[in-house]
Amino acid sequence: MKRDLLLFACFLLFIMSAPQFFAGGYLMNVLVFVGINTMLAIALNLLLGYAGQISLGHAGFFGMGAYLSGIMTTTYSLNPWIAMPVAAVVVGCLAGLIGLPILKLKGHYLAMATLGLGIILFIVFNETVDLTGGPSGLSGIPNIEFAGIVFDSDVKNYYLIWGVTLVVMLFSLNLASSRIGRALRAVHDSEVAAQVLGVNARILKVQIFALSAVISSLAGSLYAHTMTFISPASFGFNFSIELLTMVVIGGLGSIYGSFLGAALLTLLPEFLRGANDYDIIIYGALLMVMVMYMPGGLVRGFPDLFRKIFKKKAESGHA
Amino acid sequence: MLEVSGITQIFGGVTALDSVSFAVHKGDITGVIGPNGAGKTTLFNIITGIYRQTAGTVTLEGNDITGLPPEKLARRAMVRTFQNIELFGGMTVHENVMVGMHTKSRSGLLACSLKMPWSISEERRIREGALQWLAFTGISDLADHAAGGLPFGKGRLLEIARALAVEPRIILMDEPAAGLNSQETLALSLLIKRIRDLGITVVLVEHDMELVMDICDRIVVLNLGRKLAEGTPREIQENPEVISAYLGDDD
Repeated sequence: MKRDLLLFACFLLFIMSAPQFFAGGYLMNVLVFVGINTMLAIALNLLLGYAGQISLGHAGFFGMGAYLSGIMTTTYSLNPWIAMPVAAVVVGCLAGLIGLPILKLKGHYLAMATLGLGIILFIVFNETVDLTGGPSGLSGIPNIEFAGIVFDSDVKNYYLIWGVTLVVMLFSLNLASSRIGRALRAVHDSEVAAQVLGVNARILKVQIFALSAVISSLAGSLYAHTMTFISPASFGFNFSIELLTMVVIGGLGSIYGSFLGAALLTLLPEFLRGANDYDIIIYGALLMVMVMYMPGGLVRGFPDLFRKIFKKKAESGHA
Repeated sequence: MLEVSGITQIFGGVTALDSVSFAVHKGDITGVIGPNGAGKTTLFNIITGIYRQTAGTVTLEGNDITGLPPEKLARRAMVRTFQNIELFGGMTVHENVMVGMHTKSRSGLLACSLKMPWSISEERRIREGALQWLAFTGISDLADHAAGGLPFGKGRLLEIARALAVEPRIILMDEPAAGLNSQETLALSLLIKRIRDLGITVVLVEHDMELVMDICDRIVVLNLGRKLAEGTPREIQENPEVISAYLGDDD
């Protein structure tokens, strides 16, 4: 318990001190995205890593949050502080309604159903031109204002996004270590055994699906108000897969792992920019190596690696 | 305590169970035996809400529970174990038992996420309560081990500890001695008697005749989907129909 708190405090300090080193640079902007992607990876991890239910449509919920917030604050001139929670509630209710029938599906079938959902949402963003601006996007989304501060610079946005991300993290860490988190992992390992012990697996899966969608929507709203411009391209199938990759690379069922995965996959393309067209090859190779040699993700892979090296040294010391 | 009447199960034209009826008395250890394919596990799956039967009713403590899903049965203090132990492999032994206390705790998604004071004290109660069942089944020393890495015999004990954490009034065990060595089987029979001494009614499907004859107060014999006989272990051992079902007929 105390160790968990200490770890979180260290993480908080680490995140909050980052602008001291990167402020003003281009990297600051990328770090804002690391925050948004961390939130999204955590949302998907609650569903995939804990409850064991896959979703290939999370970019859709992210997009819905962004568009609902964007449309309400531009076309209807609402305050972002009203638009964001309204968007989150709408997305949460929709996810709950859709979740009720589709979460009865398992494995590949659930993957297909959520894939379909993501594609439908993408088509809606793209085709309802009057509402979303279609492929050319929606611009002029206002920045968030709080206590007279307009969040319009990278550093300000960094604190805004990471403030929310840290709250989401703490929230998820608490949930994961609670009776609900245990019930989710139980459903993951053996749904029938969990049910026999009194866990209502069906309702629990729908609840976590809705919660996951709400967090994704919140990330979407924040994204819209930070970028002030959104277009359907950011919310397509590719991005759902990227989120899935973040969760798996970081470590299924680990909240800090989701941060590592999101950080790696957001920063890597920036560092590979110099590699021109080869970046995609490096990227793919890295994924393959990761899955083969660190199936538990970064968060478990590194400690294992250290242990292996340490053990080898100890053995050679004996010889 | 538990009454099944006229249970019939037809799987695509094949009659797995044909109008099976019997009653389990409170505080007894009741054994359901029968040759392979007699329908024992199917019957268990129907009673515990995993299959939906073609016809018949199940009553628990006077209430009709026909067709109730397993999670509702847990809240009515009925729990079961599985033949191929169904552990939560990714969790520790202690956590497995803590899941068993799910119905004895009620903090929701929000209270858990916000770590409300009552959910913290509830969590402490779950943590300590689970230890008591680990001690009861004698696996306290394994509390922090991963459940997935347990040897089969210990896994069986864990599954029983986890089921007991539900605080059932009736527990159904599907072949608890399957895969155990003779020493483990002996320990299991003592454990099952101690479970009965807690006032919990026990029903078990079992192949190990020695175990069944030793611990059961009453025995129900199934053969080819029908009830062949019912009675005390002595009555069953002397029943000519049972003997011929097990040893085969000559004519």
